[in-house]
Amino acid sequence: MKFEQAAGTNPIDRQKIIGQPTSRIDGPLKTTGTAPYAHERHGPNHGVVPNQSYGYILGAGIAKGRVASMDTQEAARAPGVLGIVTTLEQELLPPGQGIVANIFGGAEIRHYHQAIAVVMAETFEQARAAANMIRVDYDRADGRFDLATLAPQARVADESGKLKGEPFKVEVGDFAGAFAEAPVTVDATYTTADESHAMMEPFASIAAWEGEKLTVWTSNQMIAWSKGSLAKMLGMKPENVRLDSPFIGGGFGAKLWVRADAVLAALGAKKVGRPVRIAMQRPLVANNTSHRPATIQQVKLGATPDGRLTAFHHSSTSGNLPGGDVEVATQQSRLLYAAPNREIFMKLAVNDLPEGNAMRAPGEAPGLMVLEMAMDELAEKLGMDPVELRIVNDTQVDPEKPERPFSERHLVECLRRGAEEFGWNRRNPKPAQVRDGRWLVGMGMATGFRNSMATKSAARVRLQRDGSLVVETDMTDIGTGTYTILAQTAAEMMGLPLDRVTVRLGDSDDPASAGSGGQWGAANSTSGVYAACVKLRTAIAEKLGMDPTTADFTDGEVRAGNRSARLSDAGELMAEDRIEFGDLDKQYQQSTFAGHFCEVAVDSYTGEVRVHRMLAVCEAGRILNPVTARSQVIGGMTMGVGSALMEELAVDTRFGLFVNHDLAGYEVPVHADIPHQQVIFLDHPDDKANPLKAKGVGELGLCGVGAAVANAIYNATGVRVRDYPITLDKHLEKLPQVA
Amino acid sequence: MLAGSGAAVALTQAPGVQAQGSSGGAATPPTMPVSFTVNGKEAELTLDTRVTLLDALREHLELTGSKKGCDHGQCGACTVMVNGTRINSCLSLAVQHQGDEITTIEGLGTPDNLHPMQAAFVKHDGYQCGYCTPGQICSAVATLAEIRAGIPSHVQDDITAAPAFSAAELRERMSGNICRCGAYSNIVDAITEVAGA
Amino acid sequence: MRPFTYQRVATAAEAAAAVAGNPGAKFLAGGTNLLDLMKLEIERPAHLVDVQDIEGLGTIEQAEDGGLRIGALVTNTTLAANERVRRDYGVLTRAIVAGASGQLRNKATTAGNLLQRTRCPYFYDPNLPCNKRNPGSGCAALEGYSRQLAVIGSSDKCIATYPGDMAIAMRVLDATVETVQPDGTTRAIPFAEFHRLPGDEPERDNVLAHGELITAVTLPRPLGGKHFYQKVRDRASYAYALVSVAAVIQPDGTGRVAFGGVAHKPWRVEAAEAALPQGAAAVTAQVFADARPTEHNRFKLPLATRALAGVLAEAKG
Repeated sequence: MKFEQAAGTNPIDRQKIIGQPTSRIDGPLKTTGTAPYAHERHGPNHGVVPNQSYGYILGAGIAKGRVASMDTQEAARAPGVLGIVTTLEQELLPPGQGIVANIFGGAEIRHYHQAIAVVMAETFEQARAAANMIRVDYDRADGRFDLATLAPQARVADESGKLKGEPFKVEVGDFAGAFAEAPVTVDATYTTADESHAMMEPFASIAAWEGEKLTVWTSNQMIAWSKGSLAKMLGMKPENVRLDSPFIGGGFGAKLWVRADAVLAALGAKKVGRPVRIAMQRPLVANNTSHRPATIQQVKLGATPDGRLTAFHHSSTSGNLPGGDVEVATQQSRLLYAAPNREIFMKLAVNDLPEGNAMRAPGEAPGLMVLEMAMDELAEKLGMDPVELRIVNDTQVDPEKPERPFSERHLVECLRRGAEEFGWNRRNPKPAQVRDGRWLVGMGMATGFRNSMATKSAARVRLQRDGSLVVETDMTDIGTGTYTILAQTAAEMMGLPLDRVTVRLGDSDDPASAGSGGQWGAANSTSGVYAACVKLRTAIAEKLGMDPTTADFTDGEVRAGNRSARLSDAGELMAEDRIEFGDLDKQYQQSTFAGHFCEVAVDSYTGEVRVHRMLAVCEAGRILNPVTARSQVIGGMTMGVGSALMEELAVDTRFGLFVNHDLAGYEVPVHADIPHQQVIFLDHPDDKANPLKAKGVGELGLCGVGAAVANAIYNATGVRVRDYPITLDKHLEKLPQVA
Repeated sequence: MLAGSGAAVALTQAPGVQAQGSSGGAATPPTMPVSFTVNGKEAELTLDTRVTLLDALREHLELTGSKKGCDHGQCGACTVMVNGTRINSCLSLAVQHQGDEITTIEGLGTPDNLHPMQAAFVKHDGYQCGYCTPGQICSAVATLAEIRAGIPSHVQDDITAAPAFSAAELRERMSGNICRCGAYSNIVDAITEVAGA
Repeated sequence: MRPFTYQRVATAAEAAAAVAGNPGAKFLAGGTNLLDLMKLEIERPAHLVDVQDIEGLGTIEQAEDGGLRIGALVTNTTLAANERVRRDYGVLTRAIVAGASGQLRNKATTAGNLLQRTRCPYFYDPNLPCNKRNPGSGCAALEGYSRQLAVIGSSDKCIATYPGDMAIAMRVLDATVETVQPDGTTRAIPFAEFHRLPGDEPERDNVLAHGELITAVTLPRPLGGKHFYQKVRDRASYAYALVSVAAVIQPDGTGRVAFGGVAHKPWRVEAAEAALPQGAAAVTAQVFADARPTEHNRFKLPLATRALAGVLAEAKG
């Protein structure tokens, strides 16, 4: 099915099941510990393949240089060891899709904790001990690790975010002239930190060979990409690779790609002639895999006294390994606010740290943390309410292409509704005025913005003899609620109760879906199921001798004219289709919007920040399931608190690594950091987005939150900290004198 | 590029060479018998002494509900109850648990017969990816017992008084269970419902 | 983790002898820190002597002098929840419940908590130089990422901090550590002398001899006064202290104070306590007179003052 015109009325609009608050259908499995995650698929009851052995990865102890020699004798002799694959015996594997770091092979070390060996043994304890017996001698080389030092030499990136093509800058009107003339200006530099996905389930895979065919049971967000990627790395035909990933213990972008667990399980299994099971040990995750790169950003805003932006500059510098991408932190700035004179670009500094790559809302997350703090600074200079400043500068068209409107854009409603619900009028615009005992109290807000991306997605639906339905697609559920919304979609389309629909996910043998990333999963994968269901409805109607165009599927029956039949009367039928998209996303800018509001208290003695209240008002088309969508948003809000207050991979600029590479050193929010969170969804189905009229929320919930927290801190303290995370040391000595 | 004394000392050791004196070799690692009950069932195992309680459950008893998130006591996904008390099973050797009574998530309820806490997590959507969830639920059940038993917490104003079943208490006491998906707000709602029941 | 043999013992003397006679042996109690470090091969014992069965180490008893005797195996949770501790030694309960998580406090023991090793990230990464882990290899923290690390009492060899909370309260309470030595004799170590400064031997965290087993911690008679443990950290719970303040303040404004998160041991300067009635700055000026912070952790000095100021304000209020 090609989606080329705005959706008219369709069976989804009934909203008997879709759009209704619905508990997750996989909930009973997850809450009883019976949902099978990758590393658990062993043994007589859960096993996917017998005779599994354990693999353990050894990471490089230097950030840059070469492995001079490896002595594996002691390890190879250790009890239970079945075999070892070292990087010196393996030719360099090409990088997989979407990633820039080579996963394995060769003597060259390109980043810290790069995998340099895998040890296979009968038990986990044996494999772990033997991996630590491998002696490695390195020739260490100098590396480039400090972004602040590298930034002056950073080069402007091309339009794809790399250094291959022409430097790309958005230049509209005359920024320099307008900025010079603007009566009110902000010009400041901000930084955001390197962040780690820190999903709770580490990377994990089981690999087994059957002749030339490889099966990998893994934890991966993007099955179709990763199947091709693994085939490419291993020099195989894609049809000889199967991936299976029914449950994923969090990914946040880290599991978009194939990583060392899958590659080394495959190589190890080949070496020892047995299936190999690997979970990457937590201390290796931060440096072996990828992270959200730190940025240095500059914002220059010029405005008229009534708050209209006349000049807008946003630029960002980030680092990455050779061949890598920029962190696209200025992405939202091209679309968020109207301003006639614009200058936007990104710079890339080549470095030798671990790979920078996508983490939840890449670009917008750090970009809005900065832009929305700068807007707060402008509001204060203007003496204007921060909500009103955003409203005055709202745009209904692409600021670079005024002929191109947004499909739906109700940001103003998000902001006004949020202000009302949150009690924004109780905020004292003058900072450092409100006290509650020893606490300084403040409120802050920010705009949330994230694009909605249309991408093809396929599914198969099978009508069973008993009238129940099975949905099959390689789509993944990374905690997003995919199982449930696909079941809701199919149930709505086929007129079945939810419990008559079974959903199977994550198997690369099933039709290729959009996968889970970029908050595009929900809208596109449900649209793929919609397409398959439309096809199945036609097949069923035809089989029953009814007119497919008028047949109504309700309550397990098909009705047309004065005839009706049970769905089961059609017998077994199968349909497969995919949603594809025309150019509606070129004609219309499709995005999602939010107003984020936050209240914090800052300990006037210690500078510690505690978040007291949070609200997000979101517009993201039709909300397919308010329960799971709300969870996505509060999850984003929680990650936003982490970005604002504590998350930072600390770079040792001498040794070239993130030193706090475990969950004690890299702090993410805990229960005690997070208050009750309120979420409101506006009801604006987007008929130009897809047949479901839906858009994603999984990243929107994060976008802007960090700035809302930061602006609340400023309102509480009167101290502006422009370097995230806002840890207490950064404002402590500027707080009121206490001793 | 290396600067200062850090660089000087760095060069005095070959990074990655971990061994100072070697052990291991080909000797068979010591094993020991251990028996305990898990969810009311006797388990008798002979284990490498290095096997943690978590790995005994996950790898030897096929009870994979208890999760390995960090293996270092930094996330709480491995939380189980031992003799009624919650602990991180990743930081305990199996052989330390001779004769103990262990309760895991599998012992609380099944998909067809959920424990009230499991049902409350489903109702309040107190999870997303599900990986920290068994640990959260075990911890939640134990947390309510700890409050009932009067165990004090960091957020009490008066530590000589009996603790309350407040949201602040639940948040503090559940803080050893990290949920990166950020379901905290819903988890507290779920526990609050069970606490009030 | 290297292979090890495992043994359970019934008496403290048996335990001490079992470890003393074997250079590769270590005691195992709760295991919450030891196993963590063994997985990384930072600790590599060849033999573990599990002390959990030793009679009499798991109780809290009234001491003859009116104080309290806390058995070495009493868990953090049990100690914090003890009625007498909550009433008479509130600073101790407050310190314990500020540390770690509920799960860890249920497993961690009184003795083990005293022996908790540093959380310095360089100590935790076996690829990097660290004099505490690998004597003579250098200190990567000194000019590295040192935000969490010591501001006082450090040496050119090591700037690690002792990471625990309970011990800060014990220091302010003038506790005593009781041990059994390998020869079966006992000794009582004043708390101030238990933890060491790194000096030239940062690998030695405390004064215990190999095979010397902690059997109890004793507290003198209650001090009265108001008890405080103010722990300052980046997240609201389940995090190590940037700075912590353990204090007992009397109605007349006199009292005692010790600081955590600032040194290789709980940091208390008794002579400075006379300045408590004059306010926090007067105290910390003396307590931290010899501080040598790094660029990253210099903030701990004003933070310590401000945290103490908060405590003193609460004591008045």
